[in-house]
Amino acid sequence: MSLDRASRENLVRALAEAVIQHADELTSLDQAIGDGDHGLNMKRGFEAVLATLPGLADKSLPEMLKSIGMTLVMKVGGASGPLVGTYFMELGKALPEQPTRAEFVAAADLAINAVKARGRSEAGQKTLLDVLVPVQAVLAAGGDARAIAMEAAQAADRTTPMLAIRGRASFLGERSIGHMDPGSRSVSLLIGAAAKVLEFEVRL
Amino acid sequence: MSSPDRGNVGIVIVSHSPKIAEGAADMVRQMVGNAVPLAWTGGDVDGGLGTNVAGILEAIEAAWSAAGVAVLVDLGGAETNSEMAVEMLAEDRRARVVVCNAPVVEGAVIAATESSGGSSLAAVKRSAEEFYA
Repeated sequence: MSLDRASRENLVRALAEAVIQHADELTSLDQAIGDGDHGLNMKRGFEAVLATLPGLADKSLPEMLKSIGMTLVMKVGGASGPLVGTYFMELGKALPEQPTRAEFVAAADLAINAVKARGRSEAGQKTLLDVLVPVQAVLAAGGDARAIAMEAAQAADRTTPMLAIRGRASFLGERSIGHMDPGSRSVSLLIGAAAKVLEFEVRL
Repeated sequence: MSSPDRGNVGIVIVSHSPKIAEGAADMVRQMVGNAVPLAWTGGDVDGGLGTNVAGILEAIEAAWSAAGVAVLVDLGGAETNSEMAVEMLAEDRRARVVVCNAPVVEGAVIAATESSGGSSLAAVKRSAEEFYA
């Protein structure tokens, strides 16, 4: 998998646009079961990422991912900043400059484990891990970009009937059932956007 | 907001609300005066309710003590952001900062009281965590 500079910039813009355009939706999901700031927080984080272009895309893929992660950690503000930021940072740390698919899968595994450690959480607790983990399984099994994007969207949908065990939504107990997890929705938007770019740029 | 390092464990208060963080710090000061290095932080980078890693790092710096720093946090994001901030410290400092699993106001007052008697970082953390356990 080799991304030239233009592709890296397209990827960053697609990730940021996916979050920014859905900020209101993310906020209303969070108003239902959280503190209602998720859309605004994620939008602030990705606007800060956009502000680091064009220099950001001059970096190698691993360095670019680390930089995105650090910006999200510093700017998002809620728990999702360290969680999503950790995913990007650890992915960047573990990836070689031109990863093979197998190397990408291995790096994403490490990144997911870092997110689990940061949140002291596992899949099944109505968090972003409920998208990251099943999408990783599709990626590892050789799924193409379309299969990955579809799994991301479906996995976010599957958080709706779940009971929240971690995060602010866990305060609501059974009342958290029946609402999609906002963090899962964010991550599914990011994965969907990335898959779309990578499908055309590198035939993932 | 900080005080000179007299060798007591420093206390950092992290709340989503700057008003709560500042108010809790006022209560700590009333209990222990200037005997304990103390700093507070609250709010996201735009000044809304939330927490931010840069603010937490600054507060740890302001309350730094050779004896270590105990961080008191309120809800989830404050804890996650505080743990992230601790990991971003220089390696020799990282082991001397702990995030306490205690209510932010009561925990801060108890931790500071324990610290003002010259207790170790581990003892400060334990007293904050045990009080409501």
